[in-house]
Amino acid sequence: MTTMTAQTTQVYSVFIRATPEQIWEAITTPEFTSKYFYGSLVDSTFEPGSKYNSWSSDRSQLMVDGVIEEAEAPTKLSHTWRALYDEESAAEEYSRVTWEIEAGDGGVSKLTVVHDRLEASPKTAASVAGGWMYVLSGLKTLLETGKPLAG
Amino acid sequence: MTDDGDLVFRALADPTRRHLLDRLYERDGRTLTELESELEMTRFGVMKHLRVLEDAGLVATRRSGREKLHFLNPVPIRLIHDRWIDKYTERRVSALAELKTELEETA
Repeated sequence: MTTMTAQTTQVYSVFIRATPEQIWEAITTPEFTSKYFYGSLVDSTFEPGSKYNSWSSDRSQLMVDGVIEEAEAPTKLSHTWRALYDEESAAEEYSRVTWEIEAGDGGVSKLTVVHDRLEASPKTAASVAGGWMYVLSGLKTLLETGKPLAG
Repeated sequence: MTDDGDLVFRALADPTRRHLLDRLYERDGRTLTELESELEMTRFGVMKHLRVLEDAGLVATRRSGREKLHFLNPVPIRLIHDRWIDKYTERRVSALAELKTELEETA
């Protein structure tokens, strides 16, 4: 069995039967993120320089914080990322998350998430590796069926 | 467009391509030249296999300067898991997987 060292640039992508506008909405509104992003509520004006916050489902705890670097609806969103849900990750440097949305043929769009600048954040790198996979498959299921993933 | 799953199953149905995924699992963000150096295969052959993996969404590529870097994208495998494993076989599969591990470790 080989072990995986957490990568400092991670790339995840998924094809979704939805328009770029629908995907953008799913990324930027708390009503949507609560259904596929570990119940979390996104909170931002999505203007460069503004905060990117993500709250626990009861709004009692800040789970992730960061700053918006780029926002070009509905094709590109880039923000810094610090995971506050875990003490060790919270003590690490900010990393960066970039969402890219490309329209494709037949009403199918491609969503790519690149999580980089993880060189100084090994705990974060290890903890998000499985997480993005879960988040993206949940987002696809939600947009294509209108239902959150079971379990 | 075919069912997303078709391309993934087809891409996984080849030992060289599974080997390439294992190499990327260990460390990704690699160039064609790096991947080629670990395989007994022509550059063209490796390129063809990477293309099949990319079409199935199992490999994502990014440009970094003049280089094209290859990343393992595990999301399609997760989707197959959600579709085929979660649904009705998880308990039986894990029991069999444990049995296999146990037998192979003691052998």
